[in-house]
Amino acid sequence: MKISLNKKILDKNEECAMQNSEFFADNDILCLNVISSPGSGKTTILSQTIRDLTGEIKIAVIEGDIRTDIDAKKIRAAGASAVQIETKGSCHLSAQQVTGALMAIPAAGMDVIFIENVGNLVCPSDFVLGEDLRVVVLSVPEGDDKPIKYPGTFAKADVILINKIDLIDYIDFSLERVIADIRVVNDKAEILQLSATTGEGMENWYNWLRSKITQ
Amino acid sequence: MHETMVAQSIFESIQQLTNEHNARAVEATISCGQFNPINDEVLNFAFDLIAKGTPCEGMKLNIKHIPLSASCKQCGVRFDYDVYKPGCPDCNSMEFDFKEDAPLLLEEIELEPN
Repeated sequence: MKISLNKKILDKNEECAMQNSEFFADNDILCLNVISSPGSGKTTILSQTIRDLTGEIKIAVIEGDIRTDIDAKKIRAAGASAVQIETKGSCHLSAQQVTGALMAIPAAGMDVIFIENVGNLVCPSDFVLGEDLRVVVLSVPEGDDKPIKYPGTFAKADVILINKIDLIDYIDFSLERVIADIRVVNDKAEILQLSATTGEGMENWYNWLRSKITQ
Repeated sequence: MHETMVAQSIFESIQQLTNEHNARAVEATISCGQFNPINDEVLNFAFDLIAKGTPCEGMKLNIKHIPLSASCKQCGVRFDYDVYKPGCPDCNSMEFDFKEDAPLLLEEIELEPN
């Protein structure tokens, strides 16, 4: 007996993501899923953003890591609420983990909730969490071949932050190549160059964020 | 792609049907797109492990990789886009319009009564 199903395979995750998405919409929250390799500077970008936008935008962060709450502590030190999900081995966050984490922070009163995914350019891209938009971070020292090597992640980005731009003179990194390779798979994402450490280019990121909050 | 989780998800969907129909699964067909590709070998390995000792044991898993149709913005030629060898096959341009990428689907299963 043949049964035709045409059923989405990761449907459980997607159903849960849909509920998260409804929660964000009902509470006027902009939710951003932040994806990158380990060490690209996601936490530093978020910490600096929280410091610079204190009093203007209410931000909370859901942190995903395999082990430790180092990142959540950094976010709290920067002045925002944070909850750490320790995946204990899993290489990406699932929508269900995000649902649980939302109960551990004063989520409903926020303007923006960042979900900092597990550092990984492969798996997180396949699991929607209920986010409104995706932020992909690529840092200069990682090398300029990342977009062509991990096209799935870059294809689904809404904004791509090229971090540690202050190091570009010291590293063999072609900005032209990166942008051309991103454009092959994604002709819509905004590409912003910045350095969370020196502050260069951060205002462009804040303006992007402001424009998405008012939308 | 995350094959173990995909295998688990496929298994759960099929197990529900084998229970409902008091049957065993002999064959299933899934499909995936170019930006959510499946490694056939890894998925089969994971599925076989999960299915051991269940009504899905020995089930054949067909994995279809659906091409991503693109058209070149420069010369207009239509072609199947290869994520790992981008470039228009006719004029080498890197500017394309894409059709939507195929989702990850469990298309069909075949059951046999117990």
